[in-house]
Amino acid sequence: MRPAAAVIVFPGSNCDRDVAQAFRAATGQEAVLVWHTDFRPLAAPLAILPGGFSYGDYLRAGAIAARSPALAALREHHRSGGLVLGICNGFQILTEAGLLPGAFAPNRCLHFLSRDVFLRVESTETPFLADLSPGEVIDLPIAHAEGAYQPDPRAEPGSWRVAFRYCRPDGRVDARANPNGAVDNVAGLVDRSGRILGLMPHPERNASAESGSGHGGRLFRSALRAVDQHV
Amino acid sequence: MTFQLEVEILPKAGMLDPQGDAVERSLKALGFAQVHTVRVGRLISLALEADTEDEARALGAEMAEALLANPVMETFRLEVSG
Repeated sequence: MRPAAAVIVFPGSNCDRDVAQAFRAATGQEAVLVWHTDFRPLAAPLAILPGGFSYGDYLRAGAIAARSPALAALREHHRSGGLVLGICNGFQILTEAGLLPGAFAPNRCLHFLSRDVFLRVESTETPFLADLSPGEVIDLPIAHAEGAYQPDPRAEPGSWRVAFRYCRPDGRVDARANPNGAVDNVAGLVDRSGRILGLMPHPERNASAESGSGHGGRLFRSALRAVDQHV
Repeated sequence: MTFQLEVEILPKAGMLDPQGDAVERSLKALGFAQVHTVRVGRLISLALEADTEDEARALGAEMAEALLANPVMETFRLEVSG
């Protein structure tokens, strides 16, 4: 039977096993690891680009992976109706590949940041977030050095929406809640189709009650429902 | 013919550049009060085969746009020598 999720592994990915394990635990469905050269469109309805340091973050985070043959297969996967989830380095790869607009500059503080953040759910017009409510506050960990999101002024308006913004525990979005200098506190984006979600925080690191609120698990269950409905 | 290309990549003016800011603060702390607008980028040096300098320059621009620079955040400048 086809697995529900395929995690695409690049040289230097290091959250691949975590996200596969968290997906399985949260959904009860299979997630397999696929070496990037072996990925084929719709190998699973949901393709996950995991966190890590693909190709050592050489040149720019995600830049080399974004130009690998796996991304051509991923574009075809998306065109064929497949879902794409990019987490942290996976989100950086999606922007470098132009599947989501913008780019990531080094964190304003110049440090690698590894800590919990609060996120306000901005748009739920994506199957990935169907189980969440607009305005809802969730908490997930971040772990990145290049997270200062920079929008692309040339991006076609309406071709994307903000999915998550960094916020305070009460949902206020302001400079104090911004960990890394991301423009407009952007932490996650969804494309026009609703089938590509990129986010800097790591849902797999807070996917069950053992690791905290377990909010990340809701993303995976929401994604799985989307898999059932759409692909 | 072999040409030597240097691709100089810098953050766009006005773009968040925490490295440039840190270097500027450090220079000022050393007493270089005259310094401002510091930006930190990278230099990529490469050799390539082309028939003319114009062709080498055009290839360099193509490579910078395809991979070496990110047009959202960065600008690039090419230096070509024979």
